[in-house]
Amino acid sequence: MLMTIEPEKLRPGNPMVAPRPALPRDKASAPAERGQSAVSTRELSIFFGQNQVLKQVNLEVSAKAVTAIIGPSGCGKSTFLRALNRMHDLVPIARVQGQVRLFGEDIYGPQVEAVQIRRRIGMVFQKYNPFPTMSIGDNVTVGLRLNGLSKRAALTERTEQALTMAALWDEVKDRLDAPAVSLSGGQQQRLCIARALAVQPEVILMDEPASALDPLATARIEDLILELKKNYTIIIVTHNMQQAARISDETAFFYLGQLVEFGATSKLFTNPSKKQTEDYVTGRFG
Amino acid sequence: MNAVAEKLPLARARRFARGALADRLFKGLAWLMAVSVFVLILLIGYELAHGSNLALRKFGWHFLISSDWDPVNEQFGALPFIFGTLVSSLVALLIAVPLSIATAVFLTEIAPNWVRQILTTFIELLAAVPSVILGLWGIFVMVPWLRENLFPWLRQWLGFLPLFRGPIYGVSLLAGGIIIAVMILPIITSVSREILRSVPGLQREAAYALGATRWEVTRIAVLSYAKKGLFGAMILGLGRALGETMAVLMVIGNRPQIVASLFAPGATLATAVANEFTEATTDIYLNALFEIGLVLLGVTVLVNGLAQLLLKAVAGPANAQQ
Amino acid sequence: MPALHHYRRRKFVNALMQVVTCVCALLVVVPLCLVFYHVLKLGLGSVNWAFFTQLPKPVGEAGGGMANAIVGTFELLGLAALIGVPVGVLGGIYLSEYGSARLNWAIRFAADVLNGVPSIIWGMVVWALVVVPLKTFSALAGGIVLGMMMIPLIMRTTEEVLRLVPNGYREAALALGIPQWRTIVQIVVRTALKGIATGVLLAVARVSGETAPLLFTAFGNRYWNHHLSEPIAALPLQIFNYAISAYEDWIRQAWAGALVLLLFVAIINVSVRVLTRDKLARGG
Repeated sequence: MLMTIEPEKLRPGNPMVAPRPALPRDKASAPAERGQSAVSTRELSIFFGQNQVLKQVNLEVSAKAVTAIIGPSGCGKSTFLRALNRMHDLVPIARVQGQVRLFGEDIYGPQVEAVQIRRRIGMVFQKYNPFPTMSIGDNVTVGLRLNGLSKRAALTERTEQALTMAALWDEVKDRLDAPAVSLSGGQQQRLCIARALAVQPEVILMDEPASALDPLATARIEDLILELKKNYTIIIVTHNMQQAARISDETAFFYLGQLVEFGATSKLFTNPSKKQTEDYVTGRFG
Repeated sequence: MNAVAEKLPLARARRFARGALADRLFKGLAWLMAVSVFVLILLIGYELAHGSNLALRKFGWHFLISSDWDPVNEQFGALPFIFGTLVSSLVALLIAVPLSIATAVFLTEIAPNWVRQILTTFIELLAAVPSVILGLWGIFVMVPWLRENLFPWLRQWLGFLPLFRGPIYGVSLLAGGIIIAVMILPIITSVSREILRSVPGLQREAAYALGATRWEVTRIAVLSYAKKGLFGAMILGLGRALGETMAVLMVIGNRPQIVASLFAPGATLATAVANEFTEATTDIYLNALFEIGLVLLGVTVLVNGLAQLLLKAVAGPANAQQ
Repeated sequence: MPALHHYRRRKFVNALMQVVTCVCALLVVVPLCLVFYHVLKLGLGSVNWAFFTQLPKPVGEAGGGMANAIVGTFELLGLAALIGVPVGVLGGIYLSEYGSARLNWAIRFAADVLNGVPSIIWGMVVWALVVVPLKTFSALAGGIVLGMMMIPLIMRTTEEVLRLVPNGYREAALALGIPQWRTIVQIVVRTALKGIATGVLLAVARVSGETAPLLFTAFGNRYWNHHLSEPIAALPLQIFNYAISAYEDWIRQAWAGALVLLLFVAIINVSVRVLTRDKLARGG
């Protein structure tokens, strides 16, 4: 599936930079439209050894929207998120059953390679983790360089793009060579977002991205997410219900490994269908 | 109040006082044993300095730069031994460091659990093999093999370098370097493993999430993060290499000389002492050997100290970042 | 498509590095296997009853054994343990239970420095300290040098093991009114006894193979040792002397001695690993 580059970013004389590698079954399709299904899971179950952590989850995440995943601790939110970019491949005792589709392609299919999936799905972690031995600029371009982009002009351009999209450009444009760890916590998290954006993913996964940040930095991240959703599909795990209510279009409520309810955020919070959902969002348990 | 009850507080007080005394005695004893390490260090330094007094006074700095080791004429210059130590240690590092780090990478990033356990056992066993047994194997198995196979091959293909020219005896600086490499492989591997293990998992995950292959993750997130620690592991290996005596003694040829060829026999500071100590008949000879010991001690302590500094600097921030 | 070629190259490099690191790991293991193989092959035939019970025969005569060397090694290890274990364990207790942060840091640093001192230097120092005043090589000197080498080793392992004992034990005992020294000895040390013992065993295994320090302290002996102030034979010394000799029979016996020593050291190391395997969770 070939993805397009935003035409306004092409400059004359500059060949199409870093076209994304195609999946083995090449299929042309239109760019993602709002309302289309970006990620869908069917009967997704995950086992850690004998322990079943996710139970037959069926979920459809809409493209170019923010979907929040909420639920009490241990309900399987992060496990679900990590299944979407095959991070569980790295855990020997983890077993994934069921299907996960990215714009229609089964990402666990026999021909599909995790490395390629992870290029198309970006991830931002709970604790910001820029590479400490690299500068700010190098952190942003690391994904691009891995994929073979080496021309300095193109890299510089993409760096500026990504940092601008992550609302960090103005703060760091004069010190791109400074070590990444010299930034504040909030800035480092935005750097991680820029790093994920630089490879132009189709979907961005965020695992409680603001939980390690102070309220001011959290607010900036939330503003950023609202901006980003114009162009990206975002799935965010959060333990903060207010945050989910603020920024998400749809919300999924997980409890004890099962998807209890999924729907428009406004409806889920004001008029949930299930009693469990209502109990959770009104704070009767947590 | 009866007589017994009257005596109780006194008895308890006496017991308490005895308990306190016992506490102090025990703590004092433990303290004494603990500070014995300082005593030992002072003892070592003193004996070496005292024992090399004559030579220090007679030769001064000349000792370190003269290559004239002539017991008969009472001229002692330690340069050939310094040369031998440096060359054999360098060769050992060149062989052992890449192998060890690659092995550490294999153990931490790639190997499945059962392979890891077996390999780790093997490596710890290798660390436990006494130097003299490695030397025995060196003399009768390794050196003949080197003489018949590796050395002629090296001379054939790399003989344009002065390093690989000259007569081949088998016993040589190169053989010494190789056997030292075998001996320092375990320590560099295990320390490197610890360093790599201490790299936070979050770093690896960040690289994986970007769509990196396992090797790229290792390269970007693990090895660069661990650079300083791995360097410390290398210096630790060097410190160990400098002090190896027996196995080296048995394969290096024991000829104090400075030549360009790695095939030539040589000698190191440690082997010099081991070889000639019981033959040192005159005072000045003995003093010269003690001075060699002093040089060896100084270099070893410095290198090991540097290694510890580097490793502790890495362990500190790493623990904090977790 | 350029990106696809690039991707294929990345996959190739990934697979290549897996192979390379695996090969390196095997290469590290190869010397050990070779050493074991040759020691077994060349030594097994000579390890017989005579080897364990007879004294070395004079030069040139075939036969004889290493009885004195084997006994001598045990004697030296016993002497060494007499010095090394009390000092090391008590010192480790001090480091773990008492002391100020600065003093303890200095002690640990000194212990690490001592651990890095080449064994030949230990030999020289004890030669000057013990052999010279007594005017003779001696078992005493050999025991002292090995004991001194054990001290920093045992001190560090003891400290590490004691630190693992949960503080709750100490606090509970002290709260019951048990004096501190009793708490340490009867509760903390007893809990950690297995760990301390394995640390001691490892240190014993480590010094049992040391040759260099014995070269001019114990010196070696063709006969039985009858007194602490006489030279004494030791297995590694004997192996060394035979190995560098020109006599085939002695070389044959050197291999046998190497086999015995190697098995001794290997068995201790493996049993320690087996004993501590359930204690420590090893991974990665």
